[in-house]
Amino acid sequence: MNQKKMLVRLLSLMIVFGVLVTACTPAATPTKAPEAPAATTAPATTAATAAPAGKMYDGVTINILTFVGPQVAEPLQRRGPDFTALTGAKVNIVTVPNSDLYQKVLTDATSGTNAYDGYLFAPSWIVDFAPAGLIEDLTPYVAKDKDLQWDDVAPFFRDFNSYAGKVYSIPVDGDMHMVYYRIDSLKDAGLEPPKTWDDYLAVAKALNGKDLNGDGTPDYGSCISKAPAQQSYWWIWSIAAPYIQSKGSSQGPFFNTKDMTPLVKNDAFKRALEVYKETGKYGPPDETNQGVGDSRGLFLAGRCALTMDWGDIGPLAIDKANSKVVDKTGAIENPGSKEVLDWDTGKLVPCDATTCPYAEDGVNHAPFASFGGWAGAVNAAVDQKKKDAAYAFFSYMSQPAQSSKDVVVGKTGYNPFRISEFKNKQAWIDAGFSQAAADQYLSGIEQSLNNPNMAADLRIPKNHEYIQVELDRILSQYIAGDLTVDETMSQLYDSWQTITDDAGRDKQLTFYKGTLGQK
Amino acid sequence: MGWALSLFIELVLMNTQTEEPLESLEPEPSRLHTIISTAERMAGNVFILPAVLALLFLSVFPLLTSLYISLAKFDIAPGGYKLTFVGLNNYKKLFVGSERDYFLGKFVPSTLLGTVILGIVVIALAVFLARYFLTTKISIGGLIGRLLITVGLGALTWMYVHTIGNDGRLGTVGVTLLYVFVGISLQYIIGLSLAMLTVQQLPGRRFFRVLFLLPMMITPVGIAYMFRMLTDTSKGPFTPIWQGLGLINFSWVNNAWGARTAILIADVWQWTPFMFIVLVAALESQSVEPIEAATVDGASTWQIFQNITWPAILPVSMTLILIRLIEAFKIIDLPNVMTNGGPGTATQSLTYQAYIDWRALNIGASAAVAYMLLFLVTFFAMIFVNMIRHRAVETL
Repeated sequence: MNQKKMLVRLLSLMIVFGVLVTACTPAATPTKAPEAPAATTAPATTAATAAPAGKMYDGVTINILTFVGPQVAEPLQRRGPDFTALTGAKVNIVTVPNSDLYQKVLTDATSGTNAYDGYLFAPSWIVDFAPAGLIEDLTPYVAKDKDLQWDDVAPFFRDFNSYAGKVYSIPVDGDMHMVYYRIDSLKDAGLEPPKTWDDYLAVAKALNGKDLNGDGTPDYGSCISKAPAQQSYWWIWSIAAPYIQSKGSSQGPFFNTKDMTPLVKNDAFKRALEVYKETGKYGPPDETNQGVGDSRGLFLAGRCALTMDWGDIGPLAIDKANSKVVDKTGAIENPGSKEVLDWDTGKLVPCDATTCPYAEDGVNHAPFASFGGWAGAVNAAVDQKKKDAAYAFFSYMSQPAQSSKDVVVGKTGYNPFRISEFKNKQAWIDAGFSQAAADQYLSGIEQSLNNPNMAADLRIPKNHEYIQVELDRILSQYIAGDLTVDETMSQLYDSWQTITDDAGRDKQLTFYKGTLGQK
Repeated sequence: MGWALSLFIELVLMNTQTEEPLESLEPEPSRLHTIISTAERMAGNVFILPAVLALLFLSVFPLLTSLYISLAKFDIAPGGYKLTFVGLNNYKKLFVGSERDYFLGKFVPSTLLGTVILGIVVIALAVFLARYFLTTKISIGGLIGRLLITVGLGALTWMYVHTIGNDGRLGTVGVTLLYVFVGISLQYIIGLSLAMLTVQQLPGRRFFRVLFLLPMMITPVGIAYMFRMLTDTSKGPFTPIWQGLGLINFSWVNNAWGARTAILIADVWQWTPFMFIVLVAALESQSVEPIEAATVDGASTWQIFQNITWPAILPVSMTLILIRLIEAFKIIDLPNVMTNGGPGTATQSLTYQAYIDWRALNIGASAAVAYMLLFLVTFFAMIFVNMIRHRAVETL
């Protein structure tokens, strides 16, 4: 072998070695600009109200992760450029399907990827993220943020966005289940809006098959979406809550606060399951494959006499371009029950002054604050400047100047959560509500919010697994007819017990009691 | 990982051996020569090292890591996450725990028909084993393979006859196998029929070839949405027909078998073109002389197909089915978009179950399901490859 050949080989070897060394060397880290100390960083309020000349977040880009639009993400996308003009911070809104959101947030945060600076998600999840230090404690930010007008946020939503006395997310939406009904159809049939779930079934049965929108085809008595991985796991609690919880909000409908045993294997939950399934008899034939968008669309098309939904239907119903139920839509607090659960025996007992201290006309209501409304949290692992900008953006979205305009528009998916938004009815009338419609819609939400027996959504660690995984799967099998009502209760009970044991029974019980205000 | 390391060591040894004579040609090596010859000895190893490392990092390590994860529990912890070793808990949950009905199905006493089918399968498997013992020279590998096949197929048949009918319910294993075997059979039969048709000298055959290929060019999610729309009896394009038939209050995808049929129809529509195009190529590449000779000898069309065409396209068909078999086990897009896995869990596949667990951050459970899927794919692929090998041996 001649030397030339050997040299070529040597050179090749050196090149390969060089490439390997380069590949294995960590990428050069650009010199970071000195960060402003956290304590002295101006809070978001300043950013939101600062004059364009003072753009304090020039050069900062924030990535916000949320649920795929058109609702929820739409206001963020629409107001992003306004926020940029005000503060200089560029806002990227990244959207994923609702069912992927929890996993996406946790994967991003726990793997250290930190691709997102803020998350707009379910505030009930903060109990998973906050103890792990994955999201920023926003209490100091809120304290300095006068424009946020924190005291104007209804007390329930302030509390729902806090964990262990600290604020971890900023609400932009307030969520409460309500029942909507067709004023004209019920009136024509001589029926009253339902006060109990039995009334609901009776009204649905009476109006099912009638032509409710004058198109010559028979319509439905009730539209409640029941597709798996959608919203069915929330509807069931709206039905079950008045059967289970009767002694005030601090009682809670999910677990027995003595030993953390699930309250899903008793006559009350059985009745709720039966009611839920029976609503399907008076609904569209493919209801088991419908999401809330489908049932909402059917109601707005005038095809349903009753439906259950968050506050969204109110503003959507007044949209003359897309709604056939303008001024025909009534909203009421969720129906209740004349019988409630005896927690010791697991049987249903009639309502009286002792068993149902908050009953109205002998009916126990427990309106369910399902989901709790969309709220913004800030990733704790990103640069302080980005944290500030992300907080500033959420604050900007939540401030009355923006929020009062967004909550009156149906397409935003945002519902009122501020005291001022309930009081200022003119904003609703300006948006197209009639005085009567505004009164009824807002009083429906207020009545629920002010009910001392209101049931809050589950807010303990692994609530996603309890509700959105196990309950969703077992409930959808029940609706599909794969499980009997007793099998459903047994399977749910066992699976929830397993989750509780895995997570630590005492720890879960402490959390649960904490969220109910018990000691 | 073991085989990769042994390959690497073997390469090192080979290089060392081949370079020895070169060294001996240098009677008094200078310093430069020593360096060069050392570098030369190492060159082969260094050149192959990136490929070996890539293989280890991208394939072997993830496989081992996921095996460990399937034996662990994932929890969020301050600053990130922690994995706690839980032994076989995740697998236990699938076979005897809270997820048994979901994974294997809801077991009920079999029907009379089911018992008869189980009896036939058991007898067939017993004959299969007996033939091996009586007619073939027994080897350890062959014996283990046959025992695995017998136990595996027997267990799967038992599972089916105890989950179909009465109040039983198929689990994700049963649903996946249904998608795979029914789907592939239909795709092959339709694909072959269309291929046979378009190799005839018929007018417009080129147009139809392109037309039949179209579904393959559409994204699977698009196909799923299209079929979701088609099966929607209250808003879809077939609504007027549905109404005209007086079925306004009936949805055929509202029950388990209707929904599974809808998924199968969409899957067949999506994948038949793949079978079609490969089979067209196979049919066109066969030699025309034997067919002409057979025609002259007065053979019927069926005889020509059975004795000439079928053996000619068999190797391609086997490969085609093997590729689809491996691919079909991973079905998730259609049930996810068309039915959300419903009604209940009726249309969920194994991949869908793993995805739901992963989405809920039950990473351990998700990995356990994925490993069971890997086991099933390997099991059926192994049977199929053995069938091909036997066929090849018989042909030779």
